Amino acid sequence: MAEARGPAEQDFRTRARAWLEANATRRSDDDTGGGRRWDLASARVFQGRLHDAGFAGIAWPTAYGGQGLTPADQRAFDEEARDYDLPGEFFGIGMGMCGPTLLDLGTEEQKHRYVRPLLRGEEVWCQLFSEPGAGSDVASLQTRAVKDGDGWEISGQKVWTSVARFADLGAMIARTDPDVPKHDGITMFVVDMHTPGVTVRPLRDMTGGATFNEVFFDGVRVPAENVIGEVNAGWAASVRMLIHERVSIGGSTRPRRGAAFGSLTEVARSRGLDRDPVVRQRLAELYVRERVVHLFGTRLAQEARQGGAGDPGSPGHRPQGGMPPSEQARNPGSRGSVGKLAGAELARFSAGVAAELLGSDAIAWDATDREAARWAAAILAAPAGGIAGGSNEIQRNIIGERVLGLPKEPQVDRDVPFRELRVGTRARVEEAQ
Amino acid sequence: MNLVLTEEQEELRDSLRRFLADRSPMSRVRQMMETPEGYDRALWDRMAANLSLQGMAVPDTYGGAGFGQVEMSIVMEELGRALVPSPFLASAVLATNALMALDDTDARRELLPSIAAGHTIATLAVAEEGRGWDASKIATTAVLDGDGWRLQGTKTPVVDGFAADLVVVVAHAGGELGFFTVDGAAPGLSRTRLAGLDLTRQLASLEFSGAPARRLTCEDATGALNQVLDVASVALAAEQLGGLQRCLEMSVDYAKARAQFGRPIGSFQAVKHLCADMHVAMELARSVVRYAAWAADVAPDELPVAAGLARAYCSDAFFKVAADTIQVHGGIGFTWEHDAHLYYRRAKSSELLLGGPVQVRERLAERLGV
Repeated sequence: MAEARGPAEQDFRTRARAWLEANATRRSDDDTGGGRRWDLASARVFQGRLHDAGFAGIAWPTAYGGQGLTPADQRAFDEEARDYDLPGEFFGIGMGMCGPTLLDLGTEEQKHRYVRPLLRGEEVWCQLFSEPGAGSDVASLQTRAVKDGDGWEISGQKVWTSVARFADLGAMIARTDPDVPKHDGITMFVVDMHTPGVTVRPLRDMTGGATFNEVFFDGVRVPAENVIGEVNAGWAASVRMLIHERVSIGGSTRPRRGAAFGSLTEVARSRGLDRDPVVRQRLAELYVRERVVHLFGTRLAQEARQGGAGDPGSPGHRPQGGMPPSEQARNPGSRGSVGKLAGAELARFSAGVAAELLGSDAIAWDATDREAARWAAAILAAPAGGIAGGSNEIQRNIIGERVLGLPKEPQVDRDVPFRELRVGTRARVEEAQ
Repeated sequence: MNLVLTEEQEELRDSLRRFLADRSPMSRVRQMMETPEGYDRALWDRMAANLSLQGMAVPDTYGGAGFGQVEMSIVMEELGRALVPSPFLASAVLATNALMALDDTDARRELLPSIAAGHTIATLAVAEEGRGWDASKIATTAVLDGDGWRLQGTKTPVVDGFAADLVVVVAHAGGELGFFTVDGAAPGLSRTRLAGLDLTRQLASLEFSGAPARRLTCEDATGALNQVLDVASVALAAEQLGGLQRCLEMSVDYAKARAQFGRPIGSFQAVKHLCADMHVAMELARSVVRYAAWAADVAPDELPVAAGLARAYCSDAFFKVAADTIQVHGGIGFTWEHDAHLYYRRAKSSELLLGGPVQVRERLAERLGV
């Protein structure tokens, strides 16, 4: 929703709105997210123009190519941009996760080298964290980086890597010391995805699409200056990036107000079901769930805009709630978990209502029936939200432990050298080797 | 839209929370729920004298504090959190809003100052046996008798109907709906305390057999009743949020303190995740209550939908959290001595008050143009 705060922000918003109207395409009303398919070349051109116009890296420092404005300005732009079709799919990982982490932890040289091309879309970034044996427990990763003269040599496999096929650079974590406990022997690197030894294979997902990839590293050489943060301090860097990720997902998956309710009400109407009392109950319930998730997102944004006073009404604010209130307020990641979890459940619920309304049309449809095709796709896509970017179970752990202050599970692997751990489906490293 | 409290509003909440912790701890709540009156008159008087709670949303011209529904929702949340048994919902919310929604300035001038000061306890009688809170189904009638009106019919359940000094009654007069006031002690009014699920809220059955009544001026009684029930729905949703919040706190505290298998039960994901879901429900409920209260004050066009939205979400959320609170506590949560059942009772009772979940959703669908 457009809201005036300060006059400067309002000016900025007006400028953003005018630029978007003149340069971007408005999404059609029945578009739940996908938008048109951008090709990389035109996406890069658009992103360059967006940067030229002053709308990329809005709250990032000017020294590295940002605009030096406030997070409120960034949110104003995001709110205005929500109704337009922007090429986010290529640049979202860089903008939402890799860039902010570089700004937090990168050296001056790294920030000067990487941030501007990232903002201009000249270099596409991917995030190389998950592995076949390291999903929710990403700290148990097995990809090895071995010191090799001045630099490092990396071997191993990453998976679920979005946009890797198009990426020029990746932020990756690898094991640099297997003789210490798992969290203590990880280092984060910038990897040039065009280096020999990097192989990217698209991974076909259950919807039939291929939005993510497997990435294989076979003796890939990485120079020493590509370490982000300190050697063996990669876990802390990863946690930072994951917080940026949750905030980024929490922001981007916030449904447009009443989106599914509006289109499913139309589906009910067009099928003559809108007077059916059971259908009306389901539609009302869908409206309720969609609006409350949306309202929570709005409230979170308003609290952030007011300087993160947090919400003393939440138990996390109480002294016994674990984290002290000030820290809680500065930790948007934990509250981002609430939005992410609620959003994931909403997607499943919406898809369920769609299936009820469409009936047999949701299992077999005329090739020209776009409505049925679209909701069938939503039914197939629904499980992803509860897994990607930290599963629902992990989000509940975060809420339970970091917001409510509940004790962690006993960690049996806490003090055990990584080399001796049982990881993924392997029994022990020695047995596997 | 504003979903964040101001510093002054946070101060109101904090001072009220302290006041209730001091004056109405659960031991006191339990004491009061065993009395025939069911509430603490001394506390009620202090709520008015020290904090002006009853007149929070009453304009100062009628002796109130002149605040809005956002402040009222803060009060209701805290009353709900502390499970304070009192005729607040009846008097300060239902009856007060009825007087505010009607066009009768004389009645407002005459009645509101005393209600706002807590001297008069008032209530609103809408629901009838088998007909619920549906205005189109009201069967109670008012008949002109000389200069005055006389009421005929039975209202049930009436919130705090037994304690009320003044009852605002919705009844049919000729072909149209009207609002009437009846003295709580009027001849021809017989009141019966009802056995109730919620031990901290008193419900009564009021039988009118020719009770003398005063008709209040009102152009559009149906519209006024909808308005009253919408504003009351926002207040009740806020009270539900408060109860939910307290259940969450009890569950988290217990999950940290209670050990089984050698560790706190809150370290087990099965329990931790229940608590996490309660927290999500709290955050979403808080967001929707803030929105609905904002709409009631600032965006009346949005109120009919916002009120339904808040009620639909908070009713489900509170009851689920209250039930899960018993689950987290295990056997002790099922005992009389533990407070969990008092919230569970309140949650189910509030869910069904002012129209149950099915009715709330049907009205919402209608208001959304489905």
